[in-house]
Amino acid sequence: MRFAARVHVTLKRGYSDPEGETTARALKGLGYCVLDVRVGKVYDLSLEAGDEEEARRVIEEICLRLLANPTKDDYSFELRGVA
Amino acid sequence: MNRSEIRVLIPRAPGTNCDSETAMAFLDLGVKVEVVHTQRLFRERNLMDYDIIVFPGGFSYGDYVRSGAIWAKECEYRIGRELEEFIREGRPVLGICNGFQLLVEAGFLPGFEGRSIYPQAALANNPNGFQCRWVRIKHVNSGNCPLTREIPPDAVLEMPVAHGEGRFLFPRDREDEYLRRLYEQDQLVFRYAKPDGTFADGEDPYNPDGALHDIAGICNPEGNVLGLMPHPERAYYGWQLPGWTKRGTPPEYGDGRLLLESIVRYVERRL
Repeated sequence: MRFAARVHVTLKRGYSDPEGETTARALKGLGYCVLDVRVGKVYDLSLEAGDEEEARRVIEEICLRLLANPTKDDYSFELRGVA
Repeated sequence: MNRSEIRVLIPRAPGTNCDSETAMAFLDLGVKVEVVHTQRLFRERNLMDYDIIVFPGGFSYGDYVRSGAIWAKECEYRIGRELEEFIREGRPVLGICNGFQLLVEAGFLPGFEGRSIYPQAALANNPNGFQCRWVRIKHVNSGNCPLTREIPPDAVLEMPVAHGEGRFLFPRDREDEYLRRLYEQDQLVFRYAKPDGTFADGEDPYNPDGALHDIAGICNPEGNVLGLMPHPERAYYGWQLPGWTKRGTPPEYGDGRLLLESIVRYVERRL
């Protein structure tokens, strides 16, 4: 089965996010009441897996092994089957 | 082992850019040096033919995903086992800047219980973006790291940093524990310092990347894998130092030579 997944990787709360802080400053400068910005990455993957359970397990592993550094990153993903 | 027989391997990858300077510095020390593209390394070389491996600085694979991450995984699936054997035998591995990021991403550093599957630390983005400046680092290792044995304790070395991601971090919930382990196992090697020789204490620009505990370089528990953010190869010759033209003739060498010479001397004595 083919699956499509969107993986989000963000810096864990508690670590300063210089890119987010700088962006927030710029948005405040533009007059928006932005309180906080956190910057992350989005990966759109498509993959082949036997079933949904396997797809979830594989993506979990992919996140831990490469897309996120578990020391500092949180990750989450949405999965949908593709015909 | 005779110095002229020592073979240094400098793997390069798309985006590494300090391999030539690193090679030049080691050549000056009188050892044999080979710069080999990682793809060729997998196919045509045996790591065990070398005595020292130096992962150079740069921006391998465009720093995609995270600095050093892709290169680290490439090494893992192509030469992981060989590299582990190389390290297990006590042969020295040095990672400079991107090379340090690789060693962290590949789980070799800090490597509390040997190589970890997932990184136990991170080199995150700097608070003030990319920093290219001269910094001071203090040698704080108490003897566990044989690669820096020739550098006097508490010596303060000057060399440049040039990185956007060098903020050394441990997982928040294990920060104290991991820091304690670094001390217990004598794995701290270099910490950022101020001009007066005291630690930078997180102060910009002395600690240029906001690293936890001013960490600029660490080694594995066995001491033969060393990674650092500053560039010894860019502080090797006197003419690479800032401001020498104002002083007249440059000194022959800079502080970077101390570190590289120390590694070569370790191998010279060991074999």
